[in-house]
Amino acid sequence: MAARSSASVPANDILRQSALAGLLVFGLAVALVGVRIQDGSAAALAPLHFRFDDVLTAAAAAALGRFGVLLLRAGLHAPVAAGGAAVALAVALAQWFAPAHPLRLALLFDVAMPNWLIVAFAAFLALCAAWRLRHAPVAVMQGADARESVMDHLGAQVQRIARFAGPLILLLAIALPLMPFADRRLIDIAILVVTYIMLGWGLNIVVGLAGLLDLGYVAFYAVGAYSYALLAQNFGLNFWICLPFAGIMAAFAGVLLGFPVLRLRGDYLAIVTLGFGEMIRIILLNWYQFTGGPNGLTGIPRPSFFGLPFTASPPEGTHSFHTFVSLIWPIEFSPNHRVVFLYYVILALAMITNLFTLRIRRLPIGRAWEALREDEIACRSLGINPTNTKLTAFAIGAGFGGFAGAFFATRQGFVSPESFSFIESAVILAIVVLGGMGSQIGVVLAAVLLIGLPEFFRDLHQYRMIAFGAAMVGIMLWRPAGLLAHREPTLRLSTQGGPP
Amino acid sequence: MEYFTQQLINGITLGAIYALIAIGYTMVYGIIGMINFAHGEIFMIGGFISIIAFLLLGLFGITWAPLAILVALLVTMALTPLYGWALERIAYRPLRHSPRLAALITAIGMSIFLQNFFQLVQGARVKPIQPIVTGGIEIMRRGDFVVTLGYLQILIVVLTVALMAAFSLLIQRTSLGRAQRACEQDLKMASLVGVDVDRTIAQTFIMGAALAAVAGLIFLLHYGVVDFYIGFHAGIKAFTAAVLGGIGSLPGAMLGGLLIGLIEAFWSAYFSVEYKDVAAFTVLVVVLIFRPTGLLGRPDVEKV
Repeated sequence: MAARSSASVPANDILRQSALAGLLVFGLAVALVGVRIQDGSAAALAPLHFRFDDVLTAAAAAALGRFGVLLLRAGLHAPVAAGGAAVALAVALAQWFAPAHPLRLALLFDVAMPNWLIVAFAAFLALCAAWRLRHAPVAVMQGADARESVMDHLGAQVQRIARFAGPLILLLAIALPLMPFADRRLIDIAILVVTYIMLGWGLNIVVGLAGLLDLGYVAFYAVGAYSYALLAQNFGLNFWICLPFAGIMAAFAGVLLGFPVLRLRGDYLAIVTLGFGEMIRIILLNWYQFTGGPNGLTGIPRPSFFGLPFTASPPEGTHSFHTFVSLIWPIEFSPNHRVVFLYYVILALAMITNLFTLRIRRLPIGRAWEALREDEIACRSLGINPTNTKLTAFAIGAGFGGFAGAFFATRQGFVSPESFSFIESAVILAIVVLGGMGSQIGVVLAAVLLIGLPEFFRDLHQYRMIAFGAAMVGIMLWRPAGLLAHREPTLRLSTQGGPP
Repeated sequence: MEYFTQQLINGITLGAIYALIAIGYTMVYGIIGMINFAHGEIFMIGGFISIIAFLLLGLFGITWAPLAILVALLVTMALTPLYGWALERIAYRPLRHSPRLAALITAIGMSIFLQNFFQLVQGARVKPIQPIVTGGIEIMRRGDFVVTLGYLQILIVVLTVALMAAFSLLIQRTSLGRAQRACEQDLKMASLVGVDVDRTIAQTFIMGAALAAVAGLIFLLHYGVVDFYIGFHAGIKAFTAAVLGGIGSLPGAMLGGLLIGLIEAFWSAYFSVEYKDVAAFTVLVVVLIFRPTGLLGRPDVEKV
């Protein structure tokens, strides 16, 4: 990090580091990218397909990119700005205008995406350099610390305005289905995002407030979904009766798991919860008499609007949603009604979770959770029973997971163990941590970023998960405490003093 | 008795794989106190580099098993650690002084990234390979049931034991091992007395990745296939093994790996294959209830 100040990096050191970066990428890529194991009919002709040209391109790009970054750090802004712009322009032009040109094929990747990445990175470097040319002395000396303090300030600001912005966002969310641009796809994505927001808020109780690392949250989601599916199928109960049961079942599962293991600390708890998540999935997969095994359960009843189903033509003598509303206000049947209704259901469930969390933080039990997160030994000495306190956090968090699971089941009309793999737990945890632990609005932001954005890029499905993983790493590196992390003490000693 | 012996042999083979991966988890945890979730992916990469090495050697007509295995072993042990090093340098080193959950999230992110990236560049299908080591010694027979000790299983156990012995010597006797042990006890103090902490941590990742690469090779030889999901399952199983043995303890990782392998083999043999993972996790929970720091872990005394 000493390399930040200008002219402290000798030229041969820059060259050496760039060459090392190139060599490293060459070593990383030479086997796994350079040699493609063919399968299917292609394997009969030749078992291996070689792409060493791409490996060399990647190595050269890495060396050049590292060179640019080091030059930028050494304070040579002008050449980086010019060089970066030139590279970006050249690659973009070659990619755009000469897709089959032999020179392009020799120098660049065969597929478009990595080439565009090179363009983007080179352009980014050039922009950074150009920006620093204008604001040179200030920007160079400030590093990560300045960014941290700026972001922390921003987090504090967001928390301050959250009081007003929160209701505003809620109003926007309520008005969303009424907007002219709100088509079916958008509302579907919104439902998904709000589901994850709810899961994030539920997990936030466990991880953010009580400080227990839970890597198996999806287990409770699964318990909720299957509880609803089985109750509805076997006993014909409707969604609204099953919903509390699903939550209770999930909370019960939380107690069942939590009771033996909550005395464990930190990472031991993490692996046990992870194991529990896997166990639930394996049981769902293999107990097919009960859960339908890998095929899952189908034909789960859809929710009704206070007993009015969303069907086009209700049986004689009964009403469905649109015929009933038509008694007052004539409307046509539309399949979108149900989607919009589902959206409001999950929005309401999520808001209940949020309200619950906000209120319980002010109750003794909520304060005990936060105290336990900060220092377990101090809590013990103050007479707080750590196991019971943790158990309540675990059970309540699990319960909200169960509600979300019941909603998931009724929305999909179908549940299978596929939907409850570890990756879901990881995504929910990532939403909580990326948003800034304990920050309710941070969860919203992270869910929109991680779930909403990728949904719009479904066409690029093969790059979607790669970008998802890279984004998780990138955001954390950029802002290790979470996007909107700012910890304000919930209690102050003096009410008059206030913050300075 | 014969059936039991056969399962014992299978369990030990499986346990060797878990133990080799578990060492990587436990060493990293011992030094920087983080769960390196991407370690399972390193194992997967090791398996892939091995299969590519075998296929390349086949292309050049080198099929004599000892030579092929030796070359593949060297290649995978040389290339896979680069991933371990790059992982540490890119995703973990910048977060050394950040909240611990941050590093966990980057680890999970890296795991997702690597898994999907190699699925993109290599295709999603399972990659099979011809059996390389075949045959074995018949050690027991009753009627039709023959207990065989495969040459492959002998090779696996010998390789694992040799590596672990070499590794233990490395930790006990060399200056690198001394630096690692110092870092494990106290990072800040170690850096004050002149241990290059960054370098030591990087070396730990390299060593862990080399052992995971060997585990990948063994997996390939034993099962004959690799795909992109082996990393996740083997990873959590090996992590379970590390926790079972007491995370941070090297003999614990070896013992835990062996135990998990045996539990899986015997559970599959005598009860049901489907629930073997459930059995492994249940044993973990039961052990942790009675020994909260694992079998060989040091009790964690917290001073106020």
